[in-house]
Amino acid sequence: MTIAPEEKKEARPVPEGHVRLTIDGLEVDAPKGELLIRTCERLGIIVPRFCDHPLLDPAGACRQCLVEVEMGGRPMPKPQASCTMTVADGMVVKTQHSSPVAAKAQEGVMELLLINHPLDCPICDKGGECPLQNQAMSTGRTDSRFVDTKRTFPKPLPISTQVLLDRERCVLCQRCTRFSEEIGGDPFIDLLERGAHQQIGVAEDKPFQSYFSGNTIQICPVGALTSAAYRFRSRPFDLVSTDGVCEHCASGCAQRVDTRRGTVLRRLAGNDPAVNEEWNCDKGRFAFRYLGSPERITRPMVRGADGVLVETSWTEALTAAAEGLTAAREGGIGVLAGGRLTVEDAYAYGKFARVAAHTNDVDFRARPHSAEELEFLAAHVVGQGPEVLDYARLEAAPAVLCVAFEPEEESPIVFLRLRKAARKHGQQVFHLGQWTTPAVARTSRDTGAASPAAKDNLVRSVPGAEAAVLAELPEHVVAALTGGGVILVGERAAEVPGLYSAVSALAARTGAVVGWVPRRAGERGALDAGAVPTLLPGGRPVTDAAARAEIEAAWGLAAGTLPTAPGRDTDEILAAAAIGELAALVVGGLDPHDLADPAAALAGLREVGFLVSLEMHTSAVTELADVVLPVAPDAQRSGSYLNWEGRRREFTPALDASGVLPDCRVLDTLAVEMDADLFTQTPAAAAGELGRLGLGARTAAAAPSVPPVEPLRPAFGQAVLATWRQLVDDAALAVDEPALAGTARPAFARVNAATAERLGLVEGQPATVRTDRGAVTLPVALADLPDGVVWLPGNSDGSRVRSVLGAGHGDLVGVTA
Amino acid sequence: MFEFFKGFGVTFSTMFKKVVTEEYPENFPPAAPRYHGRHQLNRHPDGLEKCVGCELCAWACPADAIYVEGGDNTEEARYSPGERFGAIYQINYLRCIGCGLCIEACPTRSLTMTNFYEMADDNRQDLIYTKEQLLAPLLPGMEQPPHPMRLGNDEQDYYVQGPTLARKNPETDPVGEQVK
Repeated sequence: MTIAPEEKKEARPVPEGHVRLTIDGLEVDAPKGELLIRTCERLGIIVPRFCDHPLLDPAGACRQCLVEVEMGGRPMPKPQASCTMTVADGMVVKTQHSSPVAAKAQEGVMELLLINHPLDCPICDKGGECPLQNQAMSTGRTDSRFVDTKRTFPKPLPISTQVLLDRERCVLCQRCTRFSEEIGGDPFIDLLERGAHQQIGVAEDKPFQSYFSGNTIQICPVGALTSAAYRFRSRPFDLVSTDGVCEHCASGCAQRVDTRRGTVLRRLAGNDPAVNEEWNCDKGRFAFRYLGSPERITRPMVRGADGVLVETSWTEALTAAAEGLTAAREGGIGVLAGGRLTVEDAYAYGKFARVAAHTNDVDFRARPHSAEELEFLAAHVVGQGPEVLDYARLEAAPAVLCVAFEPEEESPIVFLRLRKAARKHGQQVFHLGQWTTPAVARTSRDTGAASPAAKDNLVRSVPGAEAAVLAELPEHVVAALTGGGVILVGERAAEVPGLYSAVSALAARTGAVVGWVPRRAGERGALDAGAVPTLLPGGRPVTDAAARAEIEAAWGLAAGTLPTAPGRDTDEILAAAAIGELAALVVGGLDPHDLADPAAALAGLREVGFLVSLEMHTSAVTELADVVLPVAPDAQRSGSYLNWEGRRREFTPALDASGVLPDCRVLDTLAVEMDADLFTQTPAAAAGELGRLGLGARTAAAAPSVPPVEPLRPAFGQAVLATWRQLVDDAALAVDEPALAGTARPAFARVNAATAERLGLVEGQPATVRTDRGAVTLPVALADLPDGVVWLPGNSDGSRVRSVLGAGHGDLVGVTA
Repeated sequence: MFEFFKGFGVTFSTMFKKVVTEEYPENFPPAAPRYHGRHQLNRHPDGLEKCVGCELCAWACPADAIYVEGGDNTEEARYSPGERFGAIYQINYLRCIGCGLCIEACPTRSLTMTNFYEMADDNRQDLIYTKEQLLAPLLPGMEQPPHPMRLGNDEQDYYVQGPTLARKNPETDPVGEQVK
């Protein structure tokens, strides 16, 4: 008995960088610096806790995780909080399972926490999934000795339109305040008062306005923070949970979709350490009511002789669509897929164009785009998977440069990673942009509270001059990028001629890895699936005869049937449609107001002979369409996205999928009516075929080399327009979400002080930005933009830049007070 | 031959015994006071609903007969004291087994059972009782919700002073459970 442990010790040396300790009589090796509570977890010993969260810094705020600790044979005088104490060699730890002292201490803490906690579990939204409820049952006393009146506060207190605060329930664990400060970096929420009156609160004039506030609801271990949209909607035991993937942006967040009786009631961030860790953004969390929007199209519609869309049967609608398209095949068919498709759907669109419509006129880009972009994507992006650049690699990079990419607004989880890297590993995050946006400030290495002062990590450029600035980047930025740096480029780079070329050149010069982060979830997948005018599936160039032969063989086509000439891009397709060069269009989820010239796009849609629209909601396209075919939302179908890393993100239906069809099935049936077989009846079939095709032989596609252009010089009363879209704005998929819309950043026209003076603008007063198409009026806010530049949010309330002004990033606009 | 008279003897002697038959449709004998009959959603003495829509009854139900959706009381439309009320409340009597676990689960004593047992119908739809059917009738002194809280400033007043308030007006029968 006494000899055996000695032998064991000799047989098992402590690994390098580890310490050996005893927990509840079990000997365990733990890496140095590990928190005691984590070591317990690894052993399967659960110590109750509230404030501890693996992704937040230790706080020791709730004192629930007390354990008895013995160091070097001497017991510590009092029980210690295991969430703040790191492991040490020779430590002997006794948790509540083996130590009556620890058990009593935990019971005592629980009793104190419950003193002011109201007994309103029956009406609390957390009831049934509440750590306080569970741990009060598992480690609390059976009764309370407290007989006095509990402290009460008015409740609920809305700290934003979507987060409700109940201070009575709060146990002051500070998870929410630590999340806001450490992870999101927008600490609008904090502890107020002292002692028994200590409480969570917000500043009177500053609402809790963060893109990540929903996470505080999810990590709150009691019902102190609850969601306004989910308030009293259901109980945990009513919900059926399905793992899903967020459809809003290219971050590719895992999420949990909770449904009750055929309705999605809420969405939570899924736990995927490789991608979104445990976080998501408020848009992903709250914007799902479009599923039940009254604008949803549920039945196919055909435009009758009187010009009115009439609901009809699938058979009739598909016959009408197929007849129209078959007749138009001679005149040419264009296929506009849209940027929100799953990989499978995008593949079906690409195959439909080639096999059924006999054309390469297919494009997924429903936004400003360029030929340079296609070259860039073919050279740097297509076929690239997470092995080249993923979140982990991004986090580990010593320096990152964001080009035409506003991470917080366009891919919030990428922003969280950049902030984490800047905060934890001292990563240098440079932004090539116009002004010190909140994201720029919060990814600066000085990552204290977001301060309005300019940070050193912004490389400022006049809109349109980004390519030139990139060619002559400051020396310290180039030096930082050299050796393992990463360049993240956004889809907005297409709006600046030469910018993609400059990114290519910079990457070649510094050896930095290039990551392309589009704004929409489907763009990356559509690129790889071949919904592109110049590329077949797997990045095979359409001009390459060998690649075409490979695809022809796989698709069972006769040799030489695939069209050989590169197709037209979205703008060219719509322009051709407007002048009758194309006889018909098949349009997926595309909003003409997102394109560079909405008027021209609408003209194309209006003038084309035959228009088939595959849509979920009524839109500008369905209003003009001859045949409207409803398609399934993600909640009612299976499929997958490629996120910006190129990582496949599969999801299964969360709701009953009967009665709705995904795009790939609709296109398959439509093609059959046109005597062509796509074999994409189900997303699984499409994914299987695409998987078998694999990647094409890597032909070294030439990087684009478009020279930078001179930026426009504003004349008197003019300014150069800088614009991008905000995360929470008037997006089509964020409809019917008043709680979410309430946390949108207010829309301002931003100029610097000198420009404001020159143009006669006053901070806070309205300014009118106009072109010959229209005018946008917004209050003025001062920011550190370059001289002669005005910034507008792209699609926010009262600032629909493309559709109203018809102008974009880098264009000249008139500005008056 | 003797057997013949013996048989009639039984019939004849029974004619003088007390009849146990219930003349059910004509007579309507009440069931025992604690019979597990139809449910009732009770009201506070001012007519506000006691149900807070917490779904604990639905959770307790072994037959999955109860469906509840909560709702948010607003200043304009208040159905119960406090923040939450039962917006949708349905009991499916085709499923209910009358076990009474829901009654035990109810934290506000909103849900009780009456001794009313006549629940038969010729279609399924009508046997799903909705909130309107289950709510206790308005007694004198009660007011049809939505209306503001008449008996206190918050829900605590209703719960703490509930018994006193109920005794104040002896005519009101806040429980109202017995079919008489």
